[in-house]
Amino acid sequence: MTAPEEQEPESAQLVRPYVITNGRGRLDNDQFNLITLVTASDQVRPGHLDPEKRRLLDLCAGGYLSVAEIAGHMGLPIGIVKILLSDLSADGYLLTRAPAPPAQLVDVSLLQEVLDGLQARFG
Amino acid sequence: MGSRPVSDDDVYLADEVQIAAKILVVGHFAVGKTTFIGTMSEIPPLRTEERMTQAGAHVDDLMGTRGKTTTTVAMDFGRLTLSERLVLYLFGTPGQERFVQVWEDMTRGALGALILVDPERLKESFPVIDLVEQYGLPYAISVNHFDGTPVRPDRELREALDLLPETPIVTCDARDEKSSANALMALVRYLQERSR
Repeated sequence: MTAPEEQEPESAQLVRPYVITNGRGRLDNDQFNLITLVTASDQVRPGHLDPEKRRLLDLCAGGYLSVAEIAGHMGLPIGIVKILLSDLSADGYLLTRAPAPPAQLVDVSLLQEVLDGLQARFG
Repeated sequence: MGSRPVSDDDVYLADEVQIAAKILVVGHFAVGKTTFIGTMSEIPPLRTEERMTQAGAHVDDLMGTRGKTTTTVAMDFGRLTLSERLVLYLFGTPGQERFVQVWEDMTRGALGALILVDPERLKESFPVIDLVEQYGLPYAISVNHFDGTPVRPDRELREALDLLPETPIVTCDARDEKSSANALMALVRYLQERSR
C-alpha cells in the first residue's frame, strides 16, 4: 500500500513533458535504455529546433553521457528523454553506443573486467 | 540558462569508453541505497524520476485521466569508470512491485543486484528480494553494519531471508568506500561463478 504522503495530485508539472513530446507518452522501441551512451553528432542543427531538443543537444555536445545521466541533468523523466533522443537520433543529430548485453549473454571477460576495475580502484 | 553543467570536465565520460554495464542497488526505504551510491560514485549522484499512475499503469495512460493520483518513482544512480573502455552504473530504487515499467527498465541489461538489508528490519526486505527473484536477476545480500551493532551469524540471516546456500552475504558500511567496494566485488565474483 502507498501512504498518502507518497502520492501527489496531478499537477501542472505533469502537463509540461507531454507538451514537449507532442503528447506522446512512451516509446515502444528499445533503441535507448538507461545506460545507452549518447553524444551529439557533427550534423548542423536547423534553426527552428524545439527548446528542449536544443537543450538536450547542448548537453550532449560535451561528450558521451548515459540516457539516465541526460535525464538527471535535464530534470526530465526518463520516458520523455527517450522520446526526445529517439527523434533527434532519427534526424541524425546523435551518436550512440549500445550497452553491454543482458545478463544471460554476459561473457566472463566482462565480469572479469568489472572486477579488475573495482580492485584497481578500491582494492 | 539550460542545464548543461558548466566547467566540469568530470561530467562526461572519457571518449574511449565503449561499454556501459549496470548493477542495481536495491533495498527497502531508508536502508542506505543513496548513501551506498554516493560513496561509490565518481560523479555527484543523480536522480531521475518517472511519474506513474497508481497500480503501475504506463505513463501514456495519464492522458485523459484527470483527477487520478500519480506517484513519483525516483531512481538514484551513480557512475564508476572502471577501465579505459568500461563504465559501470549503479542504480538504486526501492522495491515497489507496482511500478512494472520502471523495474523492466532497471533490470534490462543489469549484471546483477546488490540487495541492502538492515538486520534489524529483515521483514522489510522480503518484498524486495521477491521482486529481484521475479525478474531473474542474480543477487548478493549486503548487510548494513554500523559501529556497535551486533553482527548476526550468516546462517541465521540465510534462514530468515530464505536464501540459497550459494547466495553471498557480506556485511557492509555504506558510508565506507572500501567496505562498499568489497560488497560489489563479492557480487561480481558470484556472477562470475554462475557464468562459468
